[in-house]
Amino acid sequence: MPLVQISGMHKRFGPLHVLKGVDLSVKQGEVVAIIGRSGSGKSTLLRTINGLETFDEGALDIDGERMTVGHTNLRTLRLKVGMVFQQFNLYPHLTAGQNVMLSPVVVKKTSKKEAEAIARAMMAKVGLADRFDYYPEQLSGGQQQRVAIARSLAMSPKILLCDEITSALDPELVNEVLAVVRKLAEDGMTLIMVTHEMRFAREVGDLLVFMDQGKVHEQGDPKTLFNSPSTPELASFVRTIS
Amino acid sequence: MWSVLGAVSRAWKLPGLRQFYTGYVELIRNTPFIVQLFFVFFGLPSLGIKLNEWQAATLAMVINLGAYSTEIIRSGIEAVPKGQIEAALALAMSRSQIFFHVVLRQALMKVWPALSSQIVIVMLGSSVCSQISAEELTFGANFIQSRTFRALEVYLLAALIYFLLALVLRQVLSAFGRFVLQRRSA
Amino acid sequence: MNHFTIWDMVRNLLLAARWTVLLSLIAFGCGGVVGVGLLLMRTSKSRVLRNFTKAYIEVFQGTPLLMQLFLLFFGGALIGFDLSPWGAAAVALTLFTSAYITEIWRGSVEAVSRGQWEASSSLAMSYFQQMRYVILPQAWRIAIAPTVGFSVQVVKATAVTSIIGFVELTKAGSIISNATFSPFTVYGFVAVIYFCLCFPLSLAARKLERRMNAARTN
Repeated sequence: MPLVQISGMHKRFGPLHVLKGVDLSVKQGEVVAIIGRSGSGKSTLLRTINGLETFDEGALDIDGERMTVGHTNLRTLRLKVGMVFQQFNLYPHLTAGQNVMLSPVVVKKTSKKEAEAIARAMMAKVGLADRFDYYPEQLSGGQQQRVAIARSLAMSPKILLCDEITSALDPELVNEVLAVVRKLAEDGMTLIMVTHEMRFAREVGDLLVFMDQGKVHEQGDPKTLFNSPSTPELASFVRTIS
Repeated sequence: MWSVLGAVSRAWKLPGLRQFYTGYVELIRNTPFIVQLFFVFFGLPSLGIKLNEWQAATLAMVINLGAYSTEIIRSGIEAVPKGQIEAALALAMSRSQIFFHVVLRQALMKVWPALSSQIVIVMLGSSVCSQISAEELTFGANFIQSRTFRALEVYLLAALIYFLLALVLRQVLSAFGRFVLQRRSA
Repeated sequence: MNHFTIWDMVRNLLLAARWTVLLSLIAFGCGGVVGVGLLLMRTSKSRVLRNFTKAYIEVFQGTPLLMQLFLLFFGGALIGFDLSPWGAAAVALTLFTSAYITEIWRGSVEAVSRGQWEASSSLAMSYFQQMRYVILPQAWRIAIAPTVGFSVQVVKATAVTSIIGFVELTKAGSIISNATFSPFTVYGFVAVIYFCLCFPLSLAARKLERRMNAARTN
């Protein structure tokens, strides 16, 4: 059974029909890269998976639990689905370690000691064990994003969503973040990423999803799709980004 | 006009005038209006200046509004990007032309909402002038109240009138801002 | 006619000024508490509460303080609760302060970037948890400069309570000026004392604002 199943999803922002019937299936441990032009609906789709956006029609199944319009338990959803943002969104008034610890303590009622241990472990996982007591403003963009990843991991999600997480970074910092994501993929985390990093998608992705005009236009194995796209839209997209 | 001069003095640091205006602004902004009013009405006669209620009230209100306007307009003037002045100079405009058409106009447009707010505040503050028996709304309300002993209705009505006046004033000022200040001149 | 020395005048004024300070503190403190309550109502899910709060703010910001005071003092007596000048002053100023404070604080909460809301909700925090651990700690830093700035308005507003007979600085000024027939001097001193109360607050607010802007641009 797939871990994430999206069926017939529609979403409108007022008169704007952004998602026009999306179907998507993600297996456990799969790395999905969602690509497409701006306005194709890819970010909106991602944000419906953890409830930051509601949807108007269709269903979302996460780990066996079904979410429909008006019947979505956001809390359980967000305990299973984590998200990392383009703008990092770290809490500026807390240290990196405190950032990572906050949700486990407050939401899961983990004891402070246990939460700290988890936080240290996560920080080590992203390669920032020595920056535990630093404030976000003292860290580089790449380091902040890695802390953001650690923060999401501390809640032990089953799925991690990444919304263009390297787009706001200076080029030389992109690789350190991608290295962490690659490791997560290798460790078996289910990842759904909206990304412009085509090389990464090709090398690490298991499933490439090309979105166009609010629908899944094409999907399949990244290497095949990049080399021989079957639709003209994907072909021209591949051309523009090469 | 009074406050534009004041704003300019502070912004351009004209000596002499600047100190005077700074002192004036700080003094007015850090003391209550009613005290300023009493000072003008009760205090000035000691210096030989006798004013009737209306004159005193108006003078006090002008002085009060002037202080706040000076600051508001000054911030507007300082917010005009320097590039505007440079561009105008490059187009061979004279200093005073630059000031009026480029700087002042933009400054006023930018701070018009804040200035309107302040005008409304002073209008509401006029109710205090009833205390020196200036015949305005509150004074009238007091009068009616003492005659009819129906305090609640009278004051509620007065409060409602003030509220509506403030509403209308805000609309008028905002319309003025839109049509006069923001029209695109040829 | 007694001859009052300058010192006599000033001493009495200063004694009255205590009440000004006390009233300001009470209005500011209670107004703050009510303001928080209003803030929660203003941002609540209930449309009734939201609209009530909006109307409340419009009323208190759109009518003269003097009117509010009169309504409470004179009007209140007619409805049945008898308020002394002191009571009416405290209540009126508290309500007045709360209306402005809640707007200032709402602005501060809204100034916290949306990303903070999104990140904390993605980490499964409830509204109250978000407010308590993420949003309010950031909003409070933003709110402090304009709140101090508003405290100046509160001190000045206490002057109006002299009209319903509450003996604070302005009222004392009226009394003494009538007794000594030297309004110029007396009101002059009154102005100076207010200035001494307000100016440090104004300066502090300005300093805080500068520091806030400097921190932001980093």
